[in-house]
Amino acid sequence: MSIAVPGNSVATIYIDDRGYKADPKQNLLHACLSLGFNLPYFCWHPALGSVGACRQCAVKQFKDEKDTHGRIVMACMTAAAEGTRISIQDPEAIAFRAAIIEGMMINHPHDCPVCDEGGHCHLQDMTVMTGHDYRRYAFQKRTFRNQYLGPLVNHEMNRCIQCYRCVRFYREYAGGRDFNVFGLRDQVYFGRQADGVLENEFSGNLVEVCPTGVFTDKTLKQHYTRKWDLQMAPSVCVHCGLGCNTTPGERYGRLRQIVTRYSREVNGYFLCDRGRYGYEFVNGEFRIRQARLTRDNHPRNITKAEVIERLAPLLAEGRQVIAIGSPRASLESNFLLRTLVGRERFYAGVSDDQFRLISTMIEILGGGPAHSPSLHEIELSDAVLILGEDITNVAPRMALSLRQSVRQEPMQIADKMHIPLWDDHAVRQPLQDAKGPLFIASPAATRLDDVATQTYRAAPDDVARLGLAIAHLLDDNAPSVPDLPSEAHTLAESIAQALKKAQRPLVISGPSCNNEAVIQAAANVARALCVIGQRAGLSFTMPECNSFGLGLIGAPPLSQAFKTVRDGAIDAIVIVENDLYRRAPVRSVDAFLSAAKDLIVLDHLLNPTAGRATLAIPAGTFAEADGTLVSSEGRAQRFYQVFVPEGDIQASWQWLRDVMAAEGREEGLAWEHIDDVIAAMAVAIPALAQVQQAAPGATFRIAGQKVPRQPERYSGRTAILANIDVHEPKPPIDPNTPFSFSMEGTHNQPPAALIPYFWSPGWNSIQATNFYQTEIAGPLRGGDPGVRLMDPTPDLQGKYFDQVPPAFAPSSDEWLIVPLYHIFGSEELSLSAPAVAELAPQPYLALNEKDAKRLRVQAGEQVTIQLDGMAHSLPAQIKAELPLGIAGLPVGLPGLARFSLPIRSVVEREITSPHTS
Amino acid sequence: MLTPEERQEIEAEFPRYPHKQAVCLDAMKIIQRHRGWVSDESLRDLGEILDMTAEELDGVATFYNLVFRRPVGRHVVLICDSVSCWIMGYEKLCQRLTSQLGVDLGGTTADKRFTILPIVCLGTCDHAPAMMVDNDLYRDVEADHIDDVLTNYK
Amino acid sequence: METPLTKNIPSNGNAPLDLKAYEKAGGYESLRKSLRMPPNAITELVTKSKLRGRGGAGFSTGMKWSFVPMGKDAPHPKYLVANADEMEPGTFKDRLLLEGDPHQLLEGMIAAAYAIQADIAYIFLRAEYKLAAERLGRAIAEAYERSYLGRNILGSSYSLEMYLHVSAGRYMCGEETGLLNALEGKRANPRSKPPFPPVSGLWGKPTIVQNVETLCNVPHIINNGPEWFIRLGLTADSGTKLYGASGKVKRPGLWELPMGTTIREILIEHAGGMRDGVKLRGLLPGGASTDFLTEQHLDVRMDFREVQKAGSRLGTGTMIVLDDHTCPVGMVWNLEHFFSQESCGWCTPCWSGLNWTERILRAMEEGRGQPQDLEKLEFQTKFNAPGHTFCALAPGAMEPLQSALKYFREDFEQHIREHRCPWK
Ligand SMILES: Cc1cc2nc3c(=O)[nH]c(=O)nc-3n(C[C@H](O)[C@H](O)[C@H](O)COP(=O)(O)O)c2cc1C
Ligand code: SF4
Ligand code: FES
Repeated sequence: MSIAVPGNSVATIYIDDRGYKADPKQNLLHACLSLGFNLPYFCWHPALGSVGACRQCAVKQFKDEKDTHGRIVMACMTAAAEGTRISIQDPEAIAFRAAIIEGMMINHPHDCPVCDEGGHCHLQDMTVMTGHDYRRYAFQKRTFRNQYLGPLVNHEMNRCIQCYRCVRFYREYAGGRDFNVFGLRDQVYFGRQADGVLENEFSGNLVEVCPTGVFTDKTLKQHYTRKWDLQMAPSVCVHCGLGCNTTPGERYGRLRQIVTRYSREVNGYFLCDRGRYGYEFVNGEFRIRQARLTRDNHPRNITKAEVIERLAPLLAEGRQVIAIGSPRASLESNFLLRTLVGRERFYAGVSDDQFRLISTMIEILGGGPAHSPSLHEIELSDAVLILGEDITNVAPRMALSLRQSVRQEPMQIADKMHIPLWDDHAVRQPLQDAKGPLFIASPAATRLDDVATQTYRAAPDDVARLGLAIAHLLDDNAPSVPDLPSEAHTLAESIAQALKKAQRPLVISGPSCNNEAVIQAAANVARALCVIGQRAGLSFTMPECNSFGLGLIGAPPLSQAFKTVRDGAIDAIVIVENDLYRRAPVRSVDAFLSAAKDLIVLDHLLNPTAGRATLAIPAGTFAEADGTLVSSEGRAQRFYQVFVPEGDIQASWQWLRDVMAAEGREEGLAWEHIDDVIAAMAVAIPALAQVQQAAPGATFRIAGQKVPRQPERYSGRTAILANIDVHEPKPPIDPNTPFSFSMEGTHNQPPAALIPYFWSPGWNSIQATNFYQTEIAGPLRGGDPGVRLMDPTPDLQGKYFDQVPPAFAPSSDEWLIVPLYHIFGSEELSLSAPAVAELAPQPYLALNEKDAKRLRVQAGEQVTIQLDGMAHSLPAQIKAELPLGIAGLPVGLPGLARFSLPIRSVVEREITSPHTS
Repeated sequence: MLTPEERQEIEAEFPRYPHKQAVCLDAMKIIQRHRGWVSDESLRDLGEILDMTAEELDGVATFYNLVFRRPVGRHVVLICDSVSCWIMGYEKLCQRLTSQLGVDLGGTTADKRFTILPIVCLGTCDHAPAMMVDNDLYRDVEADHIDDVLTNYK
Repeated sequence: METPLTKNIPSNGNAPLDLKAYEKAGGYESLRKSLRMPPNAITELVTKSKLRGRGGAGFSTGMKWSFVPMGKDAPHPKYLVANADEMEPGTFKDRLLLEGDPHQLLEGMIAAAYAIQADIAYIFLRAEYKLAAERLGRAIAEAYERSYLGRNILGSSYSLEMYLHVSAGRYMCGEETGLLNALEGKRANPRSKPPFPPVSGLWGKPTIVQNVETLCNVPHIINNGPEWFIRLGLTADSGTKLYGASGKVKRPGLWELPMGTTIREILIEHAGGMRDGVKLRGLLPGGASTDFLTEQHLDVRMDFREVQKAGSRLGTGTMIVLDDHTCPVGMVWNLEHFFSQESCGWCTPCWSGLNWTERILRAMEEGRGQPQDLEKLEFQTKFNAPGHTFCALAPGAMEPLQSALKYFREDFEQHIREHRCPWK
């Protein structure tokens, strides 16, 4: 488990009479696996630590050289102390380990052929490893009833081997409380008290945490494929700004699943459920799979050649063309679009608010003294202040890191008692429920409140004021906040104290409140901490997967584009991967889109904007394209094409390149491959110069060979198209990357950025990750993928922001409507994945209890609000914690996606008419 | 809904422990004393008082022997099946008891009068075989005594 | 012969002494004495007395107390717990002390609590001990009334709250760390050690868990001194011990005798020997989780070391006697049934191994035994050896089995050969 342990001494340990170096602060299992030994285990998990339950990792320990007898110990429960002598090969230890598997298997249904885990099952691997192969148990097995756990996770309890990993992950690591262990002896049951949807946002990790087939990916089940039959490539999650590393798998042109791609610095071993299950939009029925030309309201499909043929003249030099980029498109696609139309005609495709906030955040990170931490560093923070963000719903994976961060400070108790920090349950004993400092100031309750030291519910301006006050308390030179209520002042004082005392304090904020003062307040706190000599972290969430990247490219917001078309005639508009109806009021977007005769939209889904295109072009999703995204940490990361889709789908940047080539433009001809694009971008945009270092280029080879996307055992190649032709189809060529679309190539370990999937001889499950790390839970060999584009300015002379907003004053007739976020529902692409959509809420308006009473509405009754001059009717939800005068509206849901919040509006109780349903 | 009486009894336990959740087993037994068993519904109601989820309560409840998560008869017969009683004639006793009542171990008579459950050593091995009916301990029980014992319970 | 532990216990099963009578018999004298001593002096006294735990493991009581952090910086609240869970089959000694002389336990607990400067004491009582619960409840109330408990005990600066906790039934609740979890309202799984309870126990605070009989010795040690206590024992172990016998003996029962009394004396003199018509085949000297001894061991002295030398353990000191009209295989099946039912489900050798063991033995009893079964059973005894499992439950379960395989092998073979239980 990851705990900040100062000092790294080295011990010599002896394994089967040979000396090795090991970390004495670790246990023997950690040491053996780090050294590459095949030592089986179950209950231990690198992120969860040791509990000694399964007894699978047994080795023989000897007192000294003379001790020939030795005794069986659990490697995971024994320190790798100096001089420790153990044997993995000892016959008694070998027999014991085989017996453990035998014991686990007495109740197991042996249903590998029909089990989804088969082929990437840790239990299978360990069974083979220990050599247990003959069944001696002759009695009836125990059987269980399975539960319905929602659309994400499938439950098959008979396969359980009672390792307790699931419940430890779900409850102790992820903070879920609707899952547990029931019963005892060999009848232990893991699940819910009754059937029902798992409530925790990280439930999908059970699929990987469970070493057998009890918890499996329910979406995979609908289009099941064995791991060895998947074509895979390293990818990056597109469903929020954190840039978690993923491994998507494809077969027969369909994306089948997403699993975690370990990276110590970014997401470690885990993903959030949005990131794991959002992928199904790729297979969705709303995909644009063929270019579609609409003339006189008659749409017809056209070929790739025709697209290029038609586009080239449309976009030819001299024509009035403007282009809208996107925070969810790759750097390459945005850059090519900018190149195509010219810098002055390229717009960022985000609202003014977002533009302003993101620019401010980037400026702060680049110009301020505080460091933007990785998720791993966030996990190690020992005092955290969150201003204005509902982390779980906005940057979900970060919430999991924060849940671990609150254990950092209390962990010192255990350290003082000399309890090894890997001894998970031993550590938890003296710690009890002790939590390190975590303060959350936000308008509405957040899913992290249960681990917060204190929460502060206030309007965005008041959240900013609290932050500014903290900064002032830390450093007099920061502006002071007049008329701060005494409660807020007391809170500010205790927060300032906690941050001051911490070793690794962290401030988190972001654009969720749509309030610049909040961001500035966070910057002031971080700066003040740095001024008083603290090593402070400052982390901003970013709304989309490439908001940071688009911000670095630096283009004006959407309103400027709207203005341009109002100011003069435009021939064509090109929009890349952006549904403008989610960004601006309908009327403005309608007007804008109608301003040009030709509206060219490149996107994945037929969204309202694409629906209006005169030419809609099928753009490759993350799984069908190569590209680079910049995460909220400021880390540029490459994602690789997983498969070659049917039809004409290709990356947006490839379409644009092809058009330029057809026009005969130099760039179009010269930029043949993605590496050429990245190199050109490095020159054109200095802030992106380092993107080249994010991953090896297309010419990279291992011993002259490419890296195969398909596992060595990929099967049935000649049978895939047997209904047409039994000859093996020629694999597609990939000129853009060092990967091949086949099983040919070297299966040696590639560099970290190029790991298509984790596999090691004897280790078919995701636990093969062990063999790709410098040490267990450490960085990937050669360093974690990606490159950080932004480093703080160590200079402490910079200025504080000095605007202090006035306190929020509720008004008697208007409410301040603030945005509320939902992990399932607020993000555009994942909402097209059926499993995610099933979990998204219906639109509602949240009100404080007193406000509701004043309006004489009860939960569920309809209320009306005014947005953009139109009345909207919504069912009321009561949220006790909302401050008076503040109402909350979920963002991103169908019908509610486009409003820029906060906004002031009247809220009225709707007079029920027979027509309202 | 828990009755005010149940609530009161449960709350009376709070001062005995530094944490509210430690009361959960006592609380389930209080509910059981009043209702004979702990239903899913009372589990949820209890969860509200103790800030515990149904999962957390049931994880505990299903670990222990004497928290009944299914309805039982008006009287619970616990018959010791551990070693000394076994040596001293548990099997005969058990046979007599089950045939007398017409249910197997774990069962409840049709008239809901008795539930018979096996129990581990009752700690009265020098007077084996032993059994308990509700709160009453019976020692040196002979198969022929069973009738007499049971008539005390309506 | 002195019988300090049972001297106040009415032999006719009548109600125990009430507080007044108990005081008259010298009760709570040790408490007054203790309060005049520095806490660590009591721990020293108990260490010197060589009192060893009577709950089964025989750990030095004084030494255990000495692990508790003391002084100004010690974490508080600290806890003392009397382990009155007594659920080991064949064990019925603590019941006598609980029902027969509750104030003696309270007095021992208060002195022990004072020694470690505990703030809160619990009696962890198994639910089936209804009478004990009633009497302990009354005794605690009486003690509060007389300022033996509560704030500023007897005008001193020492305060102690005491509560009776009635459990909900599981053998694992008797295992000291399982007990802590149970008391916290959790599943009674064992805890990872270290940290040991004296350092981090209940709610992470220093906690001493002590068997009822152990605690009952404390007042007498304080009153009469460690030398006196050492002299009570006949061997290297000090004090008296509650010894019991159950099974087909003439007079099953419980006797307080000097530590180190021979099996023969207990079995023949006190229990009256075997019932007419049956012969001794073996015995478990200290409860269900000890190895069988046989006739050849009758002269073994019942103390910690001697019984171990003979290949078993003193355990709880209450013997279960196997006679020649009772099937040894059936008896072991019964024991393993108990253990497998009580496995907490945490570690694999235990939850899977005990279940398997129990199934094999049942099959044998029911005439479905297989020739390979003996090998499998032997394998289980090694598989579940001490150190292989997370706590001592499963290794304890293996003790009667491994010794039965040694002493009664022919009986097992006969079951398999004849496809039936010869006793049925
Ligand atoms: C499975 C198991 C059950 C136990 N049950 C009891 C019990 O019921 N009563 C008891 O005093 N000790 C029991 N023990 C022993 C305790 O763990 C602990 O050693 C004892 O309470 C310490 O007190 P002592 O030192 O006074 O003996 C049990 C141990 C195990 C492994
Ligand atoms: S469900 Fe899976 S993770 Fe949980 S105990 Fe069983 S095998 Fe282990
Ligand atoms: S991995 Fe070591 S005991 Fe489970």
